[in-house]
Amino acid sequence: MEKTNKVMWGEIEDDENFDYLLPAKQMIGPDENGIKKVIEYRFNDEGKTVKVITTTRVRKGKAGDKRVVERRTSWTKFGDAVHDVAGGGGFTTVSKEDILLERPKSLYGTKPEETKASQELVKPGAVLMICRNCGKKGEHWTARCPTNNHSSTTDHAEASTRTGTDHHKADSYVPPNKRGSITVPDPRKRNDENSVRVSNLSEDTREEDLMDLFGTFGAVARAYVAFDKMTGTSRGFGFVDFVNREDAQLAINKLNGYGYDHLILRVAWATPRAN
Amino acid sequence: MRPILMKGHERPLTFLRYNRDGDLLFSCAKDHTPTLWYADNGERHGTYRGHNGAVWSCDVSRDSSRLITGSADQTAKIWEVKTGRQLFSFKFGSPARSVDFSVGDKLAVITTDPFMERTSAIHVKRIAEDPEDQIDDSVLILQNPDGKKRINRAVWGPLNETIVSGGEDAVIRVWDTETGKLIKESNEEEGHKKTITSLCKAADDSHFITGSLDKTAKLWDMRTLTLIKTYTTGVPVNAVAMSPLLNHVVLGGGQDASAVTTTDHRAGKFEAKFYDKILQEEIGGVKGHFGPINALAFNPDGKSFSSGGEDGYVRLHHFDSDYFNIKI
Repeated sequence: MEKTNKVMWGEIEDDENFDYLLPAKQMIGPDENGIKKVIEYRFNDEGKTVKVITTTRVRKGKAGDKRVVERRTSWTKFGDAVHDVAGGGGFTTVSKEDILLERPKSLYGTKPEETKASQELVKPGAVLMICRNCGKKGEHWTARCPTNNHSSTTDHAEASTRTGTDHHKADSYVPPNKRGSITVPDPRKRNDENSVRVSNLSEDTREEDLMDLFGTFGAVARAYVAFDKMTGTSRGFGFVDFVNREDAQLAINKLNGYGYDHLILRVAWATPRAN
Repeated sequence: MRPILMKGHERPLTFLRYNRDGDLLFSCAKDHTPTLWYADNGERHGTYRGHNGAVWSCDVSRDSSRLITGSADQTAKIWEVKTGRQLFSFKFGSPARSVDFSVGDKLAVITTDPFMERTSAIHVKRIAEDPEDQIDDSVLILQNPDGKKRINRAVWGPLNETIVSGGEDAVIRVWDTETGKLIKESNEEEGHKKTITSLCKAADDSHFITGSLDKTAKLWDMRTLTLIKTYTTGVPVNAVAMSPLLNHVVLGGGQDASAVTTTDHRAGKFEAKFYDKILQEEIGGVKGHFGPINALAFNPDGKSFSSGGEDGYVRLHHFDSDYFNIKI
């Protein structure tokens, strides 16, 4: 059965759902043979109304009879299980460990976008220009790196100018700990603006634990736990570098004050090093 | 979820099977006693004593009254599920590997391994209503084209019209049960590259999944044997299962048993991996076993699954509610 749609095309908005123009859905049956008819109306691609009759047979089966299953629970044990104590007999234990359906790591990260962004930065013909300091391709050489705290030559130059203002002789050697605001760059630390400082960690916390904990919020570029060089024990704080700043903010909001391993975590933006 | 650990077997698990109502779980292992567990709380209910070799697989009748097991002691036995009494024993000249009841439980397909000068074969037995009338004769015997290669799994197709088999020669074959002729074969580029270890039918028999040592699992149309999907994983696949509720497939595997002791357990990847059936994307993994997973089975209600490992444990997992809302 077809009839033309009587609505003026000008009155129809593009995204309007005009199903209300159709007659209501009808359901007949199921009758004694279980035959059920459903009559529906819908528009086809040409905007014409189409009547759809679906005939189904409803049958009630014996499947999943609860009584059969219940009867089985009262069966007597047999074989080696006759001597089993009720409730498992030592052969059945509930795991003390909570096992989760672990989602694959790739679902959290935004790796495809990341690689795309880094590819865009590459200027044609500048493939060889790789900054060993920040890892960016094609932007600058290592020596010109804006976040440079690794290259020894620029470091010394900077150090000498700063120490000059600190009323020291400009050309005399200044030990690293006397260099005022200039800190010795730790090769394991990177100056990253998406870095989050975590403190009040328990001594047992390792970098992998931080990865696990913070990985739920987004891709983590690096997790670092400070260890005492002499004793090898944890100093109770660490840093987590996120790939995205939003993820880092989310992690701070969620995890600051979070109870982790019997201690309350303190999570905040890592204070940028003054240089 | 907190899995229930069932330690009834002393040797590696080989096969797991739920009954149709989903309240009983049967486990087979390389020790000689298949075991019945309550699928809800994991309580051991009984063991079927009588085999004298590793038990490779089992199947339970639709009304949960009969159990058939195939064993390396060159027999396949029928048991009364309720009492553990042995009703009949089919004798073969070589180890029985895979067993499967037909729709209606009137027939059973049993595969036998190549042994001495015997070649691998698929036997079809008629199952008598009354065990007193049971006879040992095969209704039909199908010979694998390459008789030196083992047939790891043979199951009934829709309406018992076909038998689908897969094994060491990595070819999936569809046989006509009426004439015993080979109807279809998977071709070389679509098919598996290495031994097919497992085969699992969908609840409605429309499609099935095969797992292989070539580190993939493949989804096939049951009638046309067209390849629908391929799931690639990093480890050899020993066991496959399909969720009857959601569009999920589970793959279990790990390295060869011989390589386990030489590697760290974290590198072994002994987890049950969940994949989206349609998108072929990994959803997640469930860890826990200390060795490769040899057997996987989904409860017919789709709300729990169990895995059996080389470590001798059966782990029964009841899903948390958030499992049912996973979005990719």
